[in-house]
Amino acid sequence: MRSAGAPPAFWPLGVAAPACGLFVVLFLWLEAQWEIALLALLLVAGLLAAGRLGFIARVQATADARPRLALISVLIVALGGMAVLHGQHFALLMLATVALYITVCLGLTLQFGYAGVVNFAGAAFFGIGAYSAAVLAQHTGLPHLLILPAGGLLAALIGSLLILPMLRTRGHYAALITIAFGILFRTFLEVNDALGGPQGLKVPGLQVAGWSFNDPIPLGAEREASFYFGYTLAALALALAAYVMVKRIERSWIGLSLDAVRSDEIAASAFGIDVARWKILAFTAGNLLAGMAGALYAMMAGFVAPASFTFGDSLLLVAIVLLGGSGNPLGVVPAALLVVVLPEKLQVIQEYRLLLFAALVIVILRFRPEGLLPRRMRQYFPGWRRW
Amino acid sequence: MDLGFAGQYVLNGVVLGVIYAMVAVGFTLFFGVLDVIKFSHGDVVMAGAFTALAVFGGLQAMDAGHGVMAAMLLALSAMAAMALLGAAVAKFLIIPLKRAPSLNTLLITLMFGLALREAVRLFYPGGSNPKPFPRLLPTEALTWGNFTLRLDSVLLVGIGVGAIVAVHWLIRRTRLGLAIRAVAQDAETAQVMGIDFERVVVLTFALGSALAALAGVANGLYYNEVNFSMGLLLGVIGFSAAVVGGLGSLYGAIIGGFLFAALQTVGAIWFSVPAYKDVFAFACIIALMAWKPTGLIAERSAERV
Repeated sequence: MRSAGAPPAFWPLGVAAPACGLFVVLFLWLEAQWEIALLALLLVAGLLAAGRLGFIARVQATADARPRLALISVLIVALGGMAVLHGQHFALLMLATVALYITVCLGLTLQFGYAGVVNFAGAAFFGIGAYSAAVLAQHTGLPHLLILPAGGLLAALIGSLLILPMLRTRGHYAALITIAFGILFRTFLEVNDALGGPQGLKVPGLQVAGWSFNDPIPLGAEREASFYFGYTLAALALALAAYVMVKRIERSWIGLSLDAVRSDEIAASAFGIDVARWKILAFTAGNLLAGMAGALYAMMAGFVAPASFTFGDSLLLVAIVLLGGSGNPLGVVPAALLVVVLPEKLQVIQEYRLLLFAALVIVILRFRPEGLLPRRMRQYFPGWRRW
Repeated sequence: MDLGFAGQYVLNGVVLGVIYAMVAVGFTLFFGVLDVIKFSHGDVVMAGAFTALAVFGGLQAMDAGHGVMAAMLLALSAMAAMALLGAAVAKFLIIPLKRAPSLNTLLITLMFGLALREAVRLFYPGGSNPKPFPRLLPTEALTWGNFTLRLDSVLLVGIGVGAIVAVHWLIRRTRLGLAIRAVAQDAETAQVMGIDFERVVVLTFALGSALAALAGVANGLYYNEVNFSMGLLLGVIGFSAAVVGGLGSLYGAIIGGFLFAALQTVGAIWFSVPAYKDVFAFACIIALMAWKPTGLIAERSAERV
């Protein structure tokens, strides 16, 4: 227990961030299955040891006291990792996917971590963004940098139609509406020939100011960086913007209102909080993030198909939020890494991915319902106005 | 459209409605007794159908896999297996989470359903492909113009209605039913009166799951095909039916089941692309929820503040 006022030491963060970065890079770099399995075992052992020795608590204390520093060190590590992996298509694709999943899950955190508005259609809003990017990039001359927010706006717009019945209902009834919407969306895509039916649509790559993201980036005379480098950078920027936004909202009086709405609607409205307004805000902002991530995903993947936006994917997104600790934006990062990268690298798991994560979530909900990195109590006022 | 086609659509709608109502009654039972949604219910329907399929494989090996007797054996074994599964889920997943937020229960059962679905896909031999379900019911038919009345459809409707009536009788006329209703009214008072709360909940879940297994077998016999992923849609349909009817009301579940089947049938007639029927039905459900937020037959419980 540190004494009040004295800032916690910086070194736990200085050790943890590069260690995590090194770990992720190694994990993405290695290819032999036994090496990856060994690394996964090492990770578990390392985490257990770190937890036992109180190291994780120290890191968390530092990160809490100096959130800006924590974010910057995460960024430096991420950029350093990208620099090391600059030529590896697959590793960069993984990193970009993780960043996009983080963005969507930050949106979900806003929705049910803060405001308590359930959303079991995360993949559907991701898909709306992806499909609108596909249609807009194919059929209009809209600058591509505008297509990303357009995808987000469309997702938010369709979400704002869905929020109308959700405001009138609560609990299970509201959950049903999002579940029904998710299934409706997928079925609609599959039978709609204008949107490519089950085959999906091709999407042209991202182009900004005459520079195509699909071209490799020349580095000097001989070497070149993978074309995924640009996408990874863009995805990282999006995730960072989402993180800052969510953190800002959490810290502000908006976040306070959202917390009140989640913990007790009736009490909140008795205190004059406009419950409907905050639910709408959280739901719309969350879907905006999901839609933007979806639009970038579509351009990076080069095609969209209904099979990528199933109800199972929505559940995977929910699993990430819960694994990380509902309402804890930072927890989303390791959870997304775990859920996205581990099955891709460990092919033994690939086939059993959904089964494993379903089992994992059941165990977590049963024995540790607040998630791996639980959300901490609101602090007044240290850290105020920081991100 | 002539009368024969219309009659055919109505008949198909009625068979579907009975199957949906059986699933929805399960949701309503669980919600009544414990205020929880067990979202793996649809996958229990699917698992029931696959259990029946496995038993059929065994029967065939003994050269006994035909006729109505075999169908009854299939249904009974699937019901027994799913009753056990339902009881286990209640005991190990749902009762321990009694005090947790309802979202957690919803999620844990959603994930359990996903696990069940994946387990069948991965571990049932050839489970990732649609499997043919045996035609065991007699298919003699009466034909009037475009209208064909098949005996198996009539039997399925009869079995479904019989099962629902039996559940209703069980709830209204037996000691177990009395205990279930008491727990549904007020769990704490019921316990004070000497009712074994846990036993009642476990038995209710076993009952609902057995009904789901029957629905799964009926579904298999009707379509002659089962698929590992059919549970999701059936579960959402059953849940929608229960919610639209009003959670916790047995009659609401039945009305909801038939309403959903009617919406699908109307959608199938209306649109040239048949798959739009689900889009239409779900859109109608969302609209209905906006109009009647607590279902057609509203829950009777007062808001607890």
